[in-house]
Amino acid sequence: MAETFIALMAQGAQMLLVLLVAPALAGLTRMVKARLMRRQGPPLMQGYRDLLKLVRKEAVVADNASWLFRASPYVIFALTWVAAALVPTFASGLMFNWAADVVALVAIAGAARALLALAGMDIGTSFGGLGSSREMMISSLAEPAMLLVVLTMALVAGTTRLPAVADFFIAQPLAIRVSLALAFVSLVIVALAENARIPVDNPATHLELTMVHEAMVLEYSGRHLAMIEAAGQLKMVLYISLMVCLFVPYGMAPADAGVAAWVLGGAFYVGKLAVAAAALGVWEVSIAKMRVFRVSEFLGVAFIFAFLAILLSFLTQEVLH
Amino acid sequence: MLMLAPATLLVIVAAAIAAFMLTAVLAVALHRRTLSFVYPLCLIAALVAVGADLAAMLGGIDAKAVLPIGLPTVGLHVRLDALSAFFGLVVNIGVVATSIYGLGFDRQHELSPRIEPFFAAFVAAMNLVLLADDAFGFLFSWELMSVTSWALVISNHQSEKARHAAHTYLVMAIIGTVALLFAFGGMAGIAGGYAFDAIRATPLTPLVAGLVLMAAFIGTGSKAGIMPFNAWLPLAHPAAPSHVSALMSGVMTKVAVYGLIRIVFDLMGPPVWWWSLPLLLFGAFTAVGALLYAVLDNDLKRVLAYSTVENIGIIYAGLGLALAFQASGLKAAAAVAMAAALLHVINHSWFKSLLFLGAGAVLHATGRRDFDGLGGLIHRMPKTAVYFLIGALAISALPPLNGFVSEWLLFQSVLAGPAFPEPLLRFMSPLVGALLALAAGLAAACFVRAYGIVFLGRPRSDQAANAHESPSQQTAAMAFLATLCVLGGLFGNILAAAIAPVLDKLVGQHLPGLGAGPTPFSLVAFDAARSTYDAPVIFGFVVISAGLTTLLIHWASNRRTRRAPAWDCGFPDASPSTQYTASSFSQPLRRVYGAAAFSARESIDMPSPGDQRPASLVVSLRDPIWQYLYATPAEAVLTTTRRLNTLQFLTIRRYLVAMFVALIALLLFTAVWV
Repeated sequence: MAETFIALMAQGAQMLLVLLVAPALAGLTRMVKARLMRRQGPPLMQGYRDLLKLVRKEAVVADNASWLFRASPYVIFALTWVAAALVPTFASGLMFNWAADVVALVAIAGAARALLALAGMDIGTSFGGLGSSREMMISSLAEPAMLLVVLTMALVAGTTRLPAVADFFIAQPLAIRVSLALAFVSLVIVALAENARIPVDNPATHLELTMVHEAMVLEYSGRHLAMIEAAGQLKMVLYISLMVCLFVPYGMAPADAGVAAWVLGGAFYVGKLAVAAAALGVWEVSIAKMRVFRVSEFLGVAFIFAFLAILLSFLTQEVLH
Repeated sequence: MLMLAPATLLVIVAAAIAAFMLTAVLAVALHRRTLSFVYPLCLIAALVAVGADLAAMLGGIDAKAVLPIGLPTVGLHVRLDALSAFFGLVVNIGVVATSIYGLGFDRQHELSPRIEPFFAAFVAAMNLVLLADDAFGFLFSWELMSVTSWALVISNHQSEKARHAAHTYLVMAIIGTVALLFAFGGMAGIAGGYAFDAIRATPLTPLVAGLVLMAAFIGTGSKAGIMPFNAWLPLAHPAAPSHVSALMSGVMTKVAVYGLIRIVFDLMGPPVWWWSLPLLLFGAFTAVGALLYAVLDNDLKRVLAYSTVENIGIIYAGLGLALAFQASGLKAAAAVAMAAALLHVINHSWFKSLLFLGAGAVLHATGRRDFDGLGGLIHRMPKTAVYFLIGALAISALPPLNGFVSEWLLFQSVLAGPAFPEPLLRFMSPLVGALLALAAGLAAACFVRAYGIVFLGRPRSDQAANAHESPSQQTAAMAFLATLCVLGGLFGNILAAAIAPVLDKLVGQHLPGLGAGPTPFSLVAFDAARSTYDAPVIFGFVVISAGLTTLLIHWASNRRTRRAPAWDCGFPDASPSTQYTASSFSQPLRRVYGAAAFSARESIDMPSPGDQRPASLVVSLRDPIWQYLYATPAEAVLTTTRRLNTLQFLTIRRYLVAMFVALIALLLFTAVWV
């Protein structure tokens, strides 16, 4: 009974952790970008303040919005939150992460994206349709690439359960494999695209014909927008956690470790998140945004790399059983 | 469940088929008024058949009988085993849903002697195919199924399009049946026993096996709609009345899949690994190819038809994997792949029927099915909009709905690919996996587009603006299927356990079953350590966190909501034509995929200064399959026949000369040859 309680606490702690760390992570990237551009930039806590401000504001909903438009933000937020909470972060043995393996995780993220694209089309404006259309074009390449990447990792580890994959790579001696390197590059590209980062999309633009994500959520305001923003931040946590869990799981506490080990694992995890967010900031100031129709080539590279990765691991893999 | 003897179940199913037949005969023979009895009678018979099929499948029975009808001295062999019962379940659940839908038809205006009698006969024929246990019975009922569905396709005979569709369908159906004829002939061999038991006992040489496989693949594939034999499907399925489209797409294609499984996994004997290659290759490429058509098409029912082709591709890929695993002696993996294929058969029959019924409701409410005239129906048809959304999300393989369960199993079986002893198969499985992943991404794009254009946004025509909800029987039919999609998604592991007798029969092993995972609802592919999926837990989590978030946010916020005109970056336009259209939605996809697949070209036709005609954007697409595989040969046949046509108008002298020359030539030929 006590064990179940502790496991439940760990799962709850993880849900809270990803939720609390998300706005700071986005803030950190923004801060690094600002400093590199020799600007002061908003403080780290600005993300939290923005969300609070949005929640307190009145929500303006377009006249012809349907229930789908108003319900979607909450569902998208919940889907992204659950997905982020199912990736092992500070400990590999969370209570519920057997419930959705990597394939299910990719699909849950896909469900959130499909809902967001639908919500973008609900009002019937040209910007909303534009955003949804481009989002689905991007995801039609990014999602398969991501699926192939996680399948490659699952193949190497012999399981599609994320904690087991993480445990497997922790136990492995550190070695660079070609298939894993390809998979990593591919996942980085996918993560950039899915989180609407430069060079695929620019999170800082409005009123620009090249925007994708912002065009979709243009009609949202108040608490609905807060949910969408929070879901976007959680999505970034999800992707970085996934990369960390698959490629640098070192420092993660084992399944049955005590609270002290979890705290240590948590510190490692937050450190890794910070490094990734800072790296994203450096990356974004050093590269320009692409034209929309070059994005498909960029993502095509991700898909090809992911395919090569899984092909290599199929041809070199020992029989798993 | 009530335990019945296998023979009793066979009799019940046969009685249901007889009831369908009798309904058809009554509808033809009696006065028009009796048409309104067709759907109630079909509903009752289908419910009975569902019960019997379910009992037969769960019990894993095997009941045989020889009826003294059909060909003299041969009779009609019938047999109800777990495989037939499984597909019977698929067929009859589809019939239940479409019959409920049919109850909502207006007695005065919507019942037609061109539809109702054939509906019942079509249903009977599909059930009969599943029961047939000899080649004659199989081909006869297969043809009956083709002809009755052809009659339904042409029910709207005034339409030029429907006539063209029906003609194409008939030609393809004939080609398919001829191919099946060869397949059965090859399997029966020279000794020629045409009962399935005799065919099973006949061993095949590799050459004959290859030819039989090719013939069976063409024969069943042309009915199922595998590319490149799918040319008729996107024409014929949409041309039929919508509830018949639901049956044709959701159910009849599955009967074709049954034919393939029966021949390849049962009749042909122990499989060889290379048999799986055509299934894998054509299946995976069909899955991606058909979606490219679907995502560029602007007709709701045609999009659904193309998506059927895609799903058939997924099913074929699953069957190919199962066959390859089984031939390589990897039974556990074969069971996973087979379970994926069979679950996708049943899942697709549910959500595709649902989507076609939804399309029927839209067509009935607005009179249109072109994307450019629809929009905003979520306000006018709230119930249909919910059910269609469930179907659209399910077919995009999104959790927690049923499409994802089969998708999940399929990817699990792909991951078992490194165990193949054959290097070619080890190469094929990641290729199949990559193509299926691509198909999953495209399917989401396709159905977001379809749903967004039809149900969301603002109405693009007066008909869409004045649409009305369907009669309650029709929304009830959709609700029934949508419930099945949700339940099948949440409790996929129970479905997977229920088909265990079918898996045992086909590949000799089944999935670990209930209780193998952490909770009673965990779906386990190989073993719990390797992979589990637990939809109720995930869904519970999502519901709880969404609920808590909503409560919390509403408590923290001022809860004020103001309705205002759409913002649209400060430039809202009152005209609905400023919305994104279906063509504009698919334009990025067209540019990414279309250039390679369809030689898509866009050019701007800009008039010179002073010229007063409007500028326009010209998009040209070319269908490579139609052009190279159908149009060119058809052209050649036409040209040849036109040339030969002159022979019809010769004088009698010339005919005599021609006969004389032919006689001399034949004599010379025999003299030299013999």
